[in-house]
Amino acid sequence: MNAWANIRTIAKRELSAYFASPVAYVVIVIFLLLTGFFTFMLGGFFERGEASLVSFFLWHPWLYLFLVPAVGMRLWSEERRQGTMELLLTMPITPWQAIVGKFLASWLFLAIALALTFPIACTVNYLGSPDNGVIFGSYVGSLLLAGSYLAVSSMTSAMTRNQVISFIISVVICFLLILVGYPPVTTFLYHTLGFGQWFVETVASFSVMTHFEGFQKGILDSRDLIFFLSIMVFALFTTGVIIRGHRAG
Amino acid sequence: MITVQNLAKTFGTKRAVDGISFSVERGEVLGFLGPNGAGKSTTMRMITGFIPPSGGTVSVGGFDMEENPIPAKRLIGYLPENAPAYTDMTVHGFLSFAAEIRGLRGEAKQKAVNRVVEMCFLEAVLHQSVDTLSKGYRHRTCFAQSIIHDPDVLILDEPTDGLDPNQKHEVRTLIRKMGEKKAIIFSTHILEEVDAVCSRAIIIDRGKIVANGTPQQLRQKSDWAGAVTLRVNGINGSALNQKLSQLSTVKKVVVLKEEATSVTARIFPKTGGPNAAPSGALAQSIADAAQGWRIEELHTEEGRLDDVFRNITMPDTVKEETK
Repeated sequence: MNAWANIRTIAKRELSAYFASPVAYVVIVIFLLLTGFFTFMLGGFFERGEASLVSFFLWHPWLYLFLVPAVGMRLWSEERRQGTMELLLTMPITPWQAIVGKFLASWLFLAIALALTFPIACTVNYLGSPDNGVIFGSYVGSLLLAGSYLAVSSMTSAMTRNQVISFIISVVICFLLILVGYPPVTTFLYHTLGFGQWFVETVASFSVMTHFEGFQKGILDSRDLIFFLSIMVFALFTTGVIIRGHRAG
Repeated sequence: MITVQNLAKTFGTKRAVDGISFSVERGEVLGFLGPNGAGKSTTMRMITGFIPPSGGTVSVGGFDMEENPIPAKRLIGYLPENAPAYTDMTVHGFLSFAAEIRGLRGEAKQKAVNRVVEMCFLEAVLHQSVDTLSKGYRHRTCFAQSIIHDPDVLILDEPTDGLDPNQKHEVRTLIRKMGEKKAIIFSTHILEEVDAVCSRAIIIDRGKIVANGTPQQLRQKSDWAGAVTLRVNGINGSALNQKLSQLSTVKKVVVLKEEATSVTARIFPKTGGPNAAPSGALAQSIADAAQGWRIEELHTEEGRLDDVFRNITMPDTVKEETK
């Protein structure tokens, strides 16, 4: 109970820090504009002639690639730069409470941004009769995807006191997580380089693309769920290890 | 309340803190002195549990900082060096957060915030963003954070750094007052602060404790301690020197300044050092010998802390050169 209270206090502070600066609103607006642009212009929302949000969710792994590290880059690097980490970690809380609290706050922030795309769900319901189960599943998948990227950003943010460096490393790692399952890359591995199918499939199974696909079809597979959750747990655990490493000097 | 045993910290190959042991009880204010880079901040960071020690133990209120950090940290209020604070919050928001994370809720939280705001004179900036505060206000905001839960143990790393003289005075008064009921450790470069606030002082240099005692005891380590400064009229320097050197209590006479009308000299006692004869004895014998001169000034030096500090912490090579 005490642990939860601490996590909530940390998360509350972190979330209010987001909204205290204009950056939060800028990120949300950019996110909404870009999703709109990709869905209607590149995704061919109308041209598809079907009542679905496929063209909307299709772009999320790519959009998040830049937006999520932008949200997560300050999590720990800012604490280190300002020296507030010394305050935070001498408070009567455990480091993992701080890590989880901060992570939850920025995840909630991303959830708010995602929730603000609700008009598109309304639109598609107005225009036709989509499978709302699929839409719900896709939203869940999208949120998990964002959480995975965010955990990676939290990890890279703990590595450096420079937000820009943290941002770049995190984009690179997330990009790799996309690439290994991106069809052109898997095809390249399979046909051009002649790797066996089992190898290509093993590599692809580490990709967020592979696991996000299921959600987009409305399938809530426990394996996909476990994949995203284990990325988060692993990255947050690593965050803890890195922070501990800094303190030990 | 605080017990530190054989505390050590190594960064790479550098031994920043090298086997420090001391303890602080309730009602004590311990001054932590030392040149820059002596290991003061590192020691404080280990006591507060921010960095783990490479060796030795810290226990606060009976809780070992390594084994049982949460109850130990609950007892501590900590003002880190440079007084960090979340710049994206208001002063009120920051203090509320500090209170909440210390487990204060609702009315208790409000009360605690009001109390420290009053103690640290923060009313004027209560709803201002920490970002926009002047250094003094920011320092006091962070100080307020450290006392918000009325802790039994206070660790203050240079609490008066960057404050103006009035604010320094206020903070010192505050520390002295709180020191009656708490165990306080604070570090400083300013030696007059030690006199003003501390009941005991430790000087550390290159990771080791080189002196430990009350300010009074430390001062007596000064070369000057017990010496008498004399200014007289109507005699020249060499005559004065000759006359006083004959006294049985006098070890050495140094003429400091010779002017047309007066001579200033410092007379060192023979039985110098901490085991000196009653401090009045030398002054009395000089006064007896000075019959017929006009004494303008005569007083016994108590010894100066910065003198002791310099003597103890200066590298030996530099000491040689200055001699």
